Amino acid sequence: MEATIPVLILAIPLFMFVFLGLCGMKMTHKLAGILGTLGMGTVLVLSYYTAFTYFFSGAPEFINAAGERLQYMVFDQTWLQFTDKLAIKLGFFLDPISAMMLVVITTISFMVHLYSLGYMRDHHGVYEHGFQRFYAFLSLFSFSMLGLVVAPNIFQMYIFWELVGASSYLLIGFYYIKPSAVSASKKAFIVTRFADLGFLIGILTLSYYTGTFNFTELTSIPVEGLANVYQVNEGTAQGIRSIFENSAAPVFMGGSVLTWALVLIFMGGMGKSAMMPLHIWLPDAMEGPTPVSALIHAATMVVAGVYLVARLFPLYLMEETSLIIITVVGALTAFYAAMVACTQVDIKRVLAFSTISQIAFMMVSLGVARPEIHHGLGYMASMFHLFTHAMFKALLFLGAGALIHAIGSNDYTAMHGLRKHMPITHITFLIGCLAIAGIIPFSGFFSKDEILSSCMGYDWVAYIWMSLVAGMTAFYMFRLYYLIFWWKEHKVPEGHHAPHDQPWTMSLPLIILAAISCVAGFIPFGNLVTWDGHAYDFMEHFDWSVATVSLIVALLGIGLATVMYRKENSLPEKFRKALPALWTWSYHRFYWDELYMFITHKIIFNSVCRPLAWFDRHIIDGTMDSFATITNKASDAIKPLQSGQIQMYVWYYLIGALALGGITVLCLI
Amino acid sequence: MEITAVFYLVPALIMFCCGVYGFITRKNMIAMLISLELMLNAVDINFVVFNRFLYPEQMEGMFFTLFAIAIAAAETALAIAIIINIFRAAKNIDVRSLNEMKF
Amino acid sequence: MESVGSLIMYFIVALAMIVFSVMAVTTRKILRAATYLLFTLFAAAVVYFMLDYEFLGAVQIAVYAGGIVVLFVFAILLTSRPGDNTERLTSRSRVLGAIAAVAMLVVAGYALLSRCMAFVAKPEMQAPDMDAVGTALLGTGAGQYLLPFEAVSVLLLACIIGGVVIARKR
Repeated sequence: MEATIPVLILAIPLFMFVFLGLCGMKMTHKLAGILGTLGMGTVLVLSYYTAFTYFFSGAPEFINAAGERLQYMVFDQTWLQFTDKLAIKLGFFLDPISAMMLVVITTISFMVHLYSLGYMRDHHGVYEHGFQRFYAFLSLFSFSMLGLVVAPNIFQMYIFWELVGASSYLLIGFYYIKPSAVSASKKAFIVTRFADLGFLIGILTLSYYTGTFNFTELTSIPVEGLANVYQVNEGTAQGIRSIFENSAAPVFMGGSVLTWALVLIFMGGMGKSAMMPLHIWLPDAMEGPTPVSALIHAATMVVAGVYLVARLFPLYLMEETSLIIITVVGALTAFYAAMVACTQVDIKRVLAFSTISQIAFMMVSLGVARPEIHHGLGYMASMFHLFTHAMFKALLFLGAGALIHAIGSNDYTAMHGLRKHMPITHITFLIGCLAIAGIIPFSGFFSKDEILSSCMGYDWVAYIWMSLVAGMTAFYMFRLYYLIFWWKEHKVPEGHHAPHDQPWTMSLPLIILAAISCVAGFIPFGNLVTWDGHAYDFMEHFDWSVATVSLIVALLGIGLATVMYRKENSLPEKFRKALPALWTWSYHRFYWDELYMFITHKIIFNSVCRPLAWFDRHIIDGTMDSFATITNKASDAIKPLQSGQIQMYVWYYLIGALALGGITVLCLI
Repeated sequence: MEITAVFYLVPALIMFCCGVYGFITRKNMIAMLISLELMLNAVDINFVVFNRFLYPEQMEGMFFTLFAIAIAAAETALAIAIIINIFRAAKNIDVRSLNEMKF
Repeated sequence: MESVGSLIMYFIVALAMIVFSVMAVTTRKILRAATYLLFTLFAAAVVYFMLDYEFLGAVQIAVYAGGIVVLFVFAILLTSRPGDNTERLTSRSRVLGAIAAVAMLVVAGYALLSRCMAFVAKPEMQAPDMDAVGTALLGTGAGQYLLPFEAVSVLLLACIIGGVVIARKR
């Protein structure tokens, strides 16, 4: 495969960022937006071409005679050569998941670019302040995310990982005159940076012991009983394996080094993917413009953690402990987020918590994946859910954006009964809700069903737990749906226009994404993406009992939501009265933010930072200040010597000369 | 009675000391310049005397004096140009009043 | 043994030198100070003649007495009104100046008298004629002075330009 197209995939968004960032203010809003969208459209076409070539061309470098998909390095350039062994490379790496991610990212990104042309202006067609900047940041984000998924080594991934963090920060804080947006962007950045500290330590630990950054070498460790199909240097693979299987391998606090490294790397993934307890930034990140929430905080960036675990999956397989940790964290997060989503009022927050919950689904799916359980179905299910979730969650967010744009508020109490006013939004939103609830034949059904099958294969507790969460998902999504579109007739405030559907630039992405959500479930995903490259046709192994149960659970959730919220009634109020504590805790998100505030303000600030600040201000600064003061005083003291009177200077000179002359004469005597 | 080198050097030394006295007591800049010329002349005489009494067959001291006279002329011309400029700006040439550039 | 005439001549010159230089720095009339300076310079020129450096004496008279003193007089006339006295010196500054001058005199005079009594007689010398001076001034060999000569010419040029630039009206 030629390297031209992959290079262009990365270069075009970067160029658009620089170009729009530097020259954007010189051009009209519309031109900047259209240029950004066209650039992204080009990348979309190129990515589709690349992914299509990878999956379907059948070329020997992509798929071998046995039908196993291979990893393919398009290019790999040394960027920084530190020592003989330590070098940081930049490259472009194709394997099933990176090809799939190319499709996901460019699709959503293009939709968001298109949608923002309509969204980022008010009802009179006036563009928002900073419109060009918005498109520049979107391009930067697309560049970073694409660079992240095609990274052939963990260090490049880390670099782009930080870049997506930075562009997420910039976009959350897009409305930088709003204090809430500023604090939300800071919060997102600090929390993810904190997680990335763990990530970095994990990377360094792993690379220190293995001596390599490359995914190809790291993930080529042969697993017992399975052929290793990825083409690797056999010697390296054996070397890495022996490092970790050596009985003399270093152990730290009861865990092997590999466990520690993997858990620390997972910590980075927890931060980006908003797993508990590092989830607190994601709901606040909804302060950014809604298209940004759709692109970054629903579809692409937040799944980076899942992608990271999937990337290193063969390594995680070596350490059962780390997979169990992933499963537990994911399961707890899924349940927690679903609980919270049931009581939130802000529609974007409901969607944010639903995102956390769904990402946790993916994590659980990875955590329960084992080669012996349905041939590693969990891995494939996770990636499949990532794909379908990106589509329908972006759809839901963009639909929510349309509603917010029409109503001018994030609060569903201002919406109610909009189905007749905004038919397109209504239908597409309904499709999104059906997809996320897991109703056949929408895409969410298939992916969620596979996750549940995988859980069942692993452990029945996990299966029941995740089924419960799936039911809650259906409930809170339809609660949201009914409260927005039904409940009671919409009352148009005096002097306002009735809300209406949006321009085509906003409708078109909704329709396209809705169409994808309808049909994506029928993609033969098992043939494309599996953990070891072997095709696995899940339709052959389709477990109807699991599917039926999950369908029934979803329908139960929807039915409950219908009873409670379809027509205005007092059931929700009664429910709330019946369980006041649960409702309050859920409404306040189980006080996680308050807990963080307590820990940071009361404990860390008071007992660590304040003494340090005092030490810094009084001891370190004091030393420096006293140097300055002494210098100042000394200069004040000797300043009068420089009197400007020439004859004084003559005096000084004369006294010196006489003294020297006198000494000379005395010596002569 | 023989006129030795000291006979020339002592008046030159007195002349030099007069120059020192004038330079540190006079407030008029032209008077200071005059004192400066006195010192310069005393030094010139020293050059010549040592040349004459120690190395009569060579002419280093004489030439040194020659160049010193040329340089003194240049220096005086420039100094007087500066003094006139100061006079234009400050309306006097009292050296004590020229302390605006101190510190 | 010197002739009586040259002895008398010497004493007149030495006395003039001392007296006029003292008066040049003590008089309160600035124009008179310039005049006393002129006399001192003449005395120095006479010393050069007595030491057989006729060319140097001539230069001293022409450049110093003829050029520099005239410059002084012009400057004085430009910067002060006729009849102006410089203000009377305070006794304190006079005493301090005198102390400095005497200290200078003591230190240098001691060195002089303790070391320079040694060379007694004035050695015989062929007075350097114009031929020798000119050759030495424009030659490039040892004991010849073309380089300083040219340097001084550049210096004088710079001085002319500088004088014009500094003194002109803006």
